[in-house]
Amino acid sequence: MVDLSVNIGSLHLKNPVLTASGTFGYGKEFADFIDLSRLGGYIIKGTTLEPREGNPYPRMAETPSGMLNAVGLQNKGVDYFIEHIYPQIRDYDSELIVNVSGAKIEDYEEVCRRLAPLDGINAIEVNISCPNVKQGGMAFGTTCSGAAQVTKAVRQAWPKTLIVKLSPNVTDITEIAKAVESEGADAVSLINTMLGMAIDVEKRRPYLSTITGGLSGPAVRPVAVRMVWQTVKAVKIPVIGLGGIMNGRDAMEFILAGATAVQIGTANFVDPQTTVMVVDYLEDYCTRHGFKSINELRGLI
Amino acid sequence: MYKKETTDFKVVECVQLNAIYSLLKLSPAGGSPLPPVAPGQFVQVKVPGCEDVFLRRPISINFVDTDSNSLWLLVRRAGKATEVLCDIAAGEIVNLILPLGNGFSMPAGKDASILLVGGGVGVAPLLYFGKILKDNGYSPKFLLGARSERDLLELNLFEQYGPVFTSTEDGSHGEKGLVTQHSVLATGIEHIYCCGPAPMMKAVASVAKAIGAECEVSLENMMACGVGACLCCVEKTVKGNVCVCTEGPVFNINKLTW
Repeated sequence: MVDLSVNIGSLHLKNPVLTASGTFGYGKEFADFIDLSRLGGYIIKGTTLEPREGNPYPRMAETPSGMLNAVGLQNKGVDYFIEHIYPQIRDYDSELIVNVSGAKIEDYEEVCRRLAPLDGINAIEVNISCPNVKQGGMAFGTTCSGAAQVTKAVRQAWPKTLIVKLSPNVTDITEIAKAVESEGADAVSLINTMLGMAIDVEKRRPYLSTITGGLSGPAVRPVAVRMVWQTVKAVKIPVIGLGGIMNGRDAMEFILAGATAVQIGTANFVDPQTTVMVVDYLEDYCTRHGFKSINELRGLI
Repeated sequence: MYKKETTDFKVVECVQLNAIYSLLKLSPAGGSPLPPVAPGQFVQVKVPGCEDVFLRRPISINFVDTDSNSLWLLVRRAGKATEVLCDIAAGEIVNLILPLGNGFSMPAGKDASILLVGGGVGVAPLLYFGKILKDNGYSPKFLLGARSERDLLELNLFEQYGPVFTSTEDGSHGEKGLVTQHSVLATGIEHIYCCGPAPMMKAVASVAKAIGAECEVSLENMMACGVGACLCCVEKTVKGNVCVCTEGPVFNINKLTW
C-alpha cells in the first residue's frame, strides 16, 4: 500500500492532487465525472468581498498547447458563497480550499474573517497574481513589499493554513516567495497564468476584450517546473506546483522538482477526469519504482 | 438535470454533404445505449489526432436516432478542428462529453403556431427538436435560410416533421432574401425557436418582438470547458454575465440584453 498523503502547514491531504482555482468551479460541476472524495483537495474559484461581473466577452482564446483567459474573477461574492454554495459542497470528503482575491488589502482581510468560522474550510489560497483585474490581483504579487503586505494582513485575519498563490510575471519569483514566507505564509502555490496576448490578423484586433490575458496549459509547463524548482531551494515552507499539468507524468515532474502538492487546472477543461487519473498514476508510479510514500520522491532533482 | 458523461464514440458514417458540411453519425464505442438527450443540447468533442487543437469543440446535437443508437453532428469546415472532423473516417473513435446545456423549452399549447428558424449550420439542433415536437403532438413549421441553395441542409429530413420554408440570399431556393423577410412570419406565428449566426438571431429576435411571438435562441459563444467551470463563454443577460454552456445555449430573448 502506497502512502500518497502530504502535509501543507497543518493541512493533511490524503494525496497531493488539488484543483487549480478557476478551473474547477465549485467542484459540483465535476461531480458527474469523478468521485470528488478521491482528490486531496479542491480549490474553488476566486472569491471576493463584493460580487464581480468579470470582463466582457470574449474572454478566451485557444493558443498553441494552451489558452489565454481574461475572465477577471467573476464571482458572486463571499456572502453569496457562504449562504448558497458552501452548504452544497461542505460535505464532500475532500479538503475544500477557498481562493481569496481582492482589490484592496482590507477586502482580503474581510473575506478571510467571514470564511474563518466555517467548518471544513481548513485552508485558503490568497491570490495576489491574477493578471486580469485592474486593481489588486497581480499588482500585489509583483513586488516583494506588496506581496508581504497582503500576507501580513491576511495572516492576522486567518488562523488556519494560509497558501499564497504567486505570479510568474516577475523577475525573480524566489524573492516574492521569501517575502510571503517571512510574513507567515504556510505555503506558496505557483504558477498563476503568464501574461500573454494573441491577435486575430484577419480582423486586425486582439482576440480578448481586455487585449492581454493569462496563458495556461502545457505551453507554460517548463517555465512552471523551473520556477517551482528554484522556489523550493529558496524557501522552507511547502511549494505547491501548477502550470500545464495534463497527466500523471506531468505532475511527477513537479514533485521531483520539489513540489509537495500539485494543482490540475486547464486540463480539467479538456478531460474532466484528469485529476483522478493523476492520483492513479502517482500510486502506480510509486509501486512500479518501489517507493512506499510519495514524500520520498519530493525534490529528488 | 441530465447526467453528464465522457464517452468514446465510434464514427459509423461521415457523410460529406457538400464541400463545406459533413454529417457525422456516431455510436457509443462500447455499445452502451445513448444517454437521454434534450433537443438543443450539445456535446464537447475531443478532436482526434490534431495536435494544434488543444480544447474540445462544442457542437450541437443534430439528431438522436434511437433505432440505430446513434447521435448526429452537423459540422461546418471553419478551422483546423472542424476540417479534421469533416474528413474523419468511419471506424475512428472520438471522445464526447455529453449531454451539455439546457435545450429548448416546449411550447405551452399543442395547437400553438410554432416556427423553427435556422441559418447555415445553425439548422442542426432544429432537426431533433422538430422530431420531438412532432412526436409530442405539436405541429412545427421550419424556416431555413442560407446564402444559396447548396447551403441548405437536410431539407428532406426536416420535411418529415412539418412544412419547410426557405430563404436564400441569391433566390436559388424558396423566397429571395433573408429569413426575417419571409412571408411565413406574417402568418400568426406564436413561438419562434432560432439558431444561426448571431446577426441573424438578433434580427429574428426583433421580428419576434414586433409580431408578439415568444422567442428562444441558441447561442454559440466560444467555450473552453462546456460545464460551467471556466466562465469563458459568458453572455450578458438581465441577470448579468452567465455561462452559455450551463444556463444556455438556449435563451429566451427576454433574458438577453439584445
